Amino acid sequence: MVTLLTERGSFEVKARRVGEDLWVDSDALAEATGWELKPEGFCRDEVCVPLPRGRESEFRQGAEINAAKLWRHAGQPIVVSRDGEAWSLGTSAALRTSALESLEAPDVALPDLDGRIHRISDHRGKKVFLSTWASW
Amino acid sequence: MWQQLYDELKDHGFMVFAVAMDSRGPEIARPWIEAAKSTYVSVIDTEHRLADLYNMVNVPEAVWIDETGRIVRPTEVAGSGDYFRKMDRQTKTLPEDAKVMREEMRALYMNALRDWVRNGRRSSYAFDESAARCHVRPQSEDVALAHCWFRLGRHLHAAGKLDEAEAAFAEASRLHPDSWNIWRQMGDIKHQGQPNPEFWARVETLGNRRYYGKIDMPGMP
Repeated sequence: MVTLLTERGSFEVKARRVGEDLWVDSDALAEATGWELKPEGFCRDEVCVPLPRGRESEFRQGAEINAAKLWRHAGQPIVVSRDGEAWSLGTSAALRTSALESLEAPDVALPDLDGRIHRISDHRGKKVFLSTWASW
Repeated sequence: MWQQLYDELKDHGFMVFAVAMDSRGPEIARPWIEAAKSTYVSVIDTEHRLADLYNMVNVPEAVWIDETGRIVRPTEVAGSGDYFRKMDRQTKTLPEDAKVMREEMRALYMNALRDWVRNGRRSSYAFDESAARCHVRPQSEDVALAHCWFRLGRHLHAAGKLDEAEAAFAEASRLHPDSWNIWRQMGDIKHQGQPNPEFWARVETLGNRRYYGKIDMPGMP
């Protein structure tokens, strides 16, 4: 098992580590990151990054996807703990900027004090004042 | 701070979604949330996911989102400014002129928010699409990578790998020096909620540079 740390949260997934490669189940990767392999390439929503022709097997074998290789290929940031058990998969600056410039508010699911999950999108139909604070 | 405004506006189709950026966990945020007796949504973001998703750098920052989920004011400071730099470091109090500035900015911001809730797109404080787009801060590759390191640091810290966590936080902060969310959270973890002795030294490194971006609203100093 490894921990995938993404903008959606932390996910424990079954994985195979081979050197710099990280093979994970495609459904688990889609749940943790929103990214999935389609005929057009490696996609999230409307954005697709094509795989290099003839090298698909470096990225996909059966139901497993080489997440680390895909991240690097797509120019997305990725860092890993020294023991290889925690991988932080980020979103590239270009995608982040274009997502924000689309003006569609990114959704997030976060717990309240009782552990109940709230999403920004629960409040469609209302004007939402999204505001941050901290104890520090 | 937002409860009064929420009470006043909740019948006009309005919600406050308040997010505590507290990596040490919900129990750290609990006393503040309970004291606020808030009836709006109040959640805890231990991983600072919002800072990544909305390209945020400090608290308090805010985003205005309309009924359809569209951003009408992208990330900006929520009615605060650089007046905090005039604080007396011994007594932790603001001089009179800074207090006046604080009240003035806060009142302007609150009134702008009221105006938008009541008037929607017709409000002069709601940006149209092209203005909203212009106010989006573009993210850099270093910042994207910094958020990755921060997430890893928080995970390692929670797992008790403190030295490696500290190195990951330091790398995040090096890559994204404008993020006070990162270094202030890092200091809070290191000093377990006690005041960060490096705080003012870090503020001094700004020199004459303004820290908070200008809030683009009529009348805002």
